[in-house]
Amino acid sequence: MMKNSKPAVNPLLCKVNQTPHATILKLELVSAKDNTVTLKLPFSEHIIGDPFKRLIHGGAISTLMDTVCGAAVFQAQGTSQSMATLDLRVDHMKPGEPDADVYAIADCYRLTNTVAFIRATAYTNDINDPIATAVASFMRSNAEFPVK
Amino acid sequence: MDLFNKISELKANNDYEGLVELVPYAKTIGVETSLVGDNIISSLPYIENNIGNYMIPALHGGAVAGFMENAAVFHLMWTGKLKQMPKVIDFSIDYLRTGHATTSYSQCDIIRLGRRVALCNIKVWQDDIDKPFALARGHFLLSSNEPFEINT
Repeated sequence: MMKNSKPAVNPLLCKVNQTPHATILKLELVSAKDNTVTLKLPFSEHIIGDPFKRLIHGGAISTLMDTVCGAAVFQAQGTSQSMATLDLRVDHMKPGEPDADVYAIADCYRLTNTVAFIRATAYTNDINDPIATAVASFMRSNAEFPVK
Repeated sequence: MDLFNKISELKANNDYEGLVELVPYAKTIGVETSLVGDNIISSLPYIENNIGNYMIPALHGGAVAGFMENAAVFHLMWTGKLKQMPKVIDFSIDYLRTGHATTSYSQCDIIRLGRRVALCNIKVWQDDIDKPFALARGHFLLSSNEPFEINT
């Protein structure tokens, strides 16, 4: 019998994109496995940052990265404990493509009792040709993640 | 109309509020602008759409990051003579305390302004300017390597 009864996919993971701000950006849960989660940020007119080139605003990419990193912590811990971002750094490798959706995959590579460490990559077509990469650390909380 | 002419027009009319109309994302999160001296101060009135945790309630970390990044972009657009939108190269944010469900303000300081790149420090606060709830720094690309157009 398996000692670790952690579910393959945290059943509450589908709630991470239900916060009001994630809803406005229409973030979608794509997949989750082990300590990784993939989210999708669909292109839409109201998140444009450069109207001349029709590119998504860097702030929307930051929200995607923050949310996917939080989701990876959620997935890695397998429980409904809440967490808070300590720091987030996003490097923008290249401009996105006009009118294109963005995917982000995050890996929670280290989980301590109090702190979680995460790496993430954002891309449109090819994960080996990323739009942005991010590193983040999160403070883990004893409070429950609020679920409506 | 290109960016340079658009900004020149806004400046001529002292229409700093017109910056928000240029950037759909800024409108989405509800950014407002004001002019203090020659600097653009951005404010973010509380709207439910920016909430990340409704139990506290607290602003979404991503919304805060987006607000701060946009504050830097607006500041660079207003103070620089740019031919294209500033492009974020990297952006690093430290969260110091919870962003509560009230109005936030953000101010950008340009630490170094080169010919092609600007380094900015950005802070965001609510009730007390000396108690920021997040600090950020970022590099912004101001001009690409594209050759300038020559008017004949």
